[in-house]
Amino acid sequence: MIARTIKAFTLWEFVKAHVLTLKYFFKPKATINYPYEKVPQSPRFRGEHALRRYPNGEERCIACKLCEAICPAQAITIEAEPRADGSRRTTRYDIDMVKCIYCGLCAEACPVDAIVEGPNLEFATETREELLYDKAKLLANGDRWESAIAANLAADAAYR
Amino acid sequence: MTDFFVSHGMVYGWAWFLATIIGILVIALPLMLAVAMVIYAERKIWAAIALRRGPNVVGPWGLLQSFADGLKVFLKETIVPSSANKGLFLIAPIITFTVALIVWAVVPFDVGVVLTDINVGLLYILAASSLGVYGVIIAGWASNSKYPFFSALRAAAQMVSYEVSIGFVLICVVLYSGSFNLTDIVMKQQGNIGFGLLNGFGFNPLLFPMAVVFLISSMAETFRTPFDLVEAESELVAGHQTEYSSMSFALFWLGEYANVILMCALNAILFWGGFLPPLNIGFLYAVPGIIWLFAKMAFFFFVFGWVKATVPRYRYDQLMRLGWKIFLPLSLLFVVLISGWLMIKTQGLPV
Amino acid sequence: MIATLAFYLFATLTIASAVLVIFARNPVHSVLWLIVAFFNAAGLMLLLGAEFIAMLLVIVYVGAVAVLFLFIVMMLDIDFAALRSGFSKNLPFGILIALVLLAEMVLAAAAWKAGPVTEGAPVAASQPNIEAVGAALYGRYLFPFELAGLILLVAMIGAIVLTHRSRGDVRGQKISRQVDRDPKEAVRNLNPGVGEGMKL
Repeated sequence: MIARTIKAFTLWEFVKAHVLTLKYFFKPKATINYPYEKVPQSPRFRGEHALRRYPNGEERCIACKLCEAICPAQAITIEAEPRADGSRRTTRYDIDMVKCIYCGLCAEACPVDAIVEGPNLEFATETREELLYDKAKLLANGDRWESAIAANLAADAAYR
Repeated sequence: MTDFFVSHGMVYGWAWFLATIIGILVIALPLMLAVAMVIYAERKIWAAIALRRGPNVVGPWGLLQSFADGLKVFLKETIVPSSANKGLFLIAPIITFTVALIVWAVVPFDVGVVLTDINVGLLYILAASSLGVYGVIIAGWASNSKYPFFSALRAAAQMVSYEVSIGFVLICVVLYSGSFNLTDIVMKQQGNIGFGLLNGFGFNPLLFPMAVVFLISSMAETFRTPFDLVEAESELVAGHQTEYSSMSFALFWLGEYANVILMCALNAILFWGGFLPPLNIGFLYAVPGIIWLFAKMAFFFFVFGWVKATVPRYRYDQLMRLGWKIFLPLSLLFVVLISGWLMIKTQGLPV
Repeated sequence: MIATLAFYLFATLTIASAVLVIFARNPVHSVLWLIVAFFNAAGLMLLLGAEFIAMLLVIVYVGAVAVLFLFIVMMLDIDFAALRSGFSKNLPFGILIALVLLAEMVLAAAAWKAGPVTEGAPVAASQPNIEAVGAALYGRYLFPFELAGLILLVAMIGAIVLTHRSRGDVRGQKISRQVDRDPKEAVRNLNPGVGEGMKL
């Protein structure tokens, strides 16, 4: 009782709390300096989509439309026609990145590893229209991120 | 400074006028700058305690963050709600800001370095700081919106409650120093305790509890965190500032932080020796008094931020309980104790 | 010159805001004008060299009384029609009070013309007026002052007794009891047999 009164009037609990927070004041930061530092990423990370090519430059996608079928958000739209050399290719491959829920089912469904979700997560835009990706944009993504995507796929291949 | 202008052949009245204007600018402009830097410092303190980094992008180490924020706020559109009481709505932030500035007129930065060295300096501060609540009340009422209105009612009750205990604490200081003049109060603290070694009433065991009460009350008076019921965002959106935007919002912020800095200065001046060094040793006086004052203010500002990062917000009834049931009796008791002690010291025991 | 100017400024503003207190349609505006009037009255006190009284006026009236006034008036739900309906009924009474006030003012002016009351030593100009007020209150007027304090105390206790009601059915938070709880006593480990249950 007396001990409690003394504790109350010396603001003991407050002093203890403040000592604790002062200790934290000098501790190293828990957050990273984001734009300059980044946290490690899993090879399975599902970021921005990309359409890949074969090493000879031929696009992988054969327009089987499995991704379009499996997409739970119905974000993918594909149109296809036989190309001049007789191979079946897409004439249109759009992903509505606003609808997309980044579940990764398109990449799972793809028989030729054409559509993949790359490691890029910094693709914020200023307008909504820029998030309606077309085939050219997706292929460009694939070209830009190919080395990272290939490395991720190789790292994850053992577990598939 | 008046003499300087008079010596250059000015009429006394005009010289006084000019000197006063310059004095005001010399205090107010650095104060505005200080507010900007202080907001940045405070965000860094909170961030460090929460193991975060705080603003670090705008300018070197994020130093220019407050200016960027200010610019952003300045460029926004001023919105006056159509159902608001227009005149009062616009006057409210001006009142907050002006009141926060006028108090600085009597704050002594060193011996003689003060805008107006009036006899009733402490009362002036009490009077001016009690005006601050009108900014909040008028803003809350004129917004014609429910959350600001709640905020206004809370502000009114809270301000009046804590002003009472602040008043008694100040009476203790006045009893001990025998003056209402802030410079006198500071000078009375020179070697006041500890065999003439320590400067500051706060080192006096009789006055130390009052120093603590004053520190806590000054947090309540400026609506700082454990007591920021006025803008408790989880209940009241943003309190009285809810309907404000652009410059009127910025004025509230400037006023609020100018008040916080003022309370830091008052803590330093009233209890911890103001512009005197903490120890009454000769060579410490080589450092200019204004540096000591700023160092103490910086310390108290750190304490303010530290408390804000540590203590959770009080509930409203707890706030009132603390003010009326704890601080009021405690400070009243100390008024009696201190006046009794002074009586014994000066007149001897009444045998 | 400046003092004269300031006097006329404060005086005009006091009267103007006092008039506006009466004529403002919105009661909140009335209170705000009242505050302006207080403020300017404090300015007049300052000009008289009574800085202590001026500061007290601001602290007590503007800082506390008017805040509570405003507090109440803001929460009132005033029906103007009902207010106006009482106008003719209360008019004679109002006029009576106005007449009394006018008589008092005339008397005061006449007394002022007649010259100052010369009882007691005039206060030396060099003496800070806090000291002067203190010496007068605790010296010559000690008894009336204490009496006034007692009356205020009685009024305060009366107000508290009248408004305080202790309701037995409210389960409020007793902080001291909460803090008093000891974890060792608060939790008991019991091990009842099957089907026995336990008494709490």
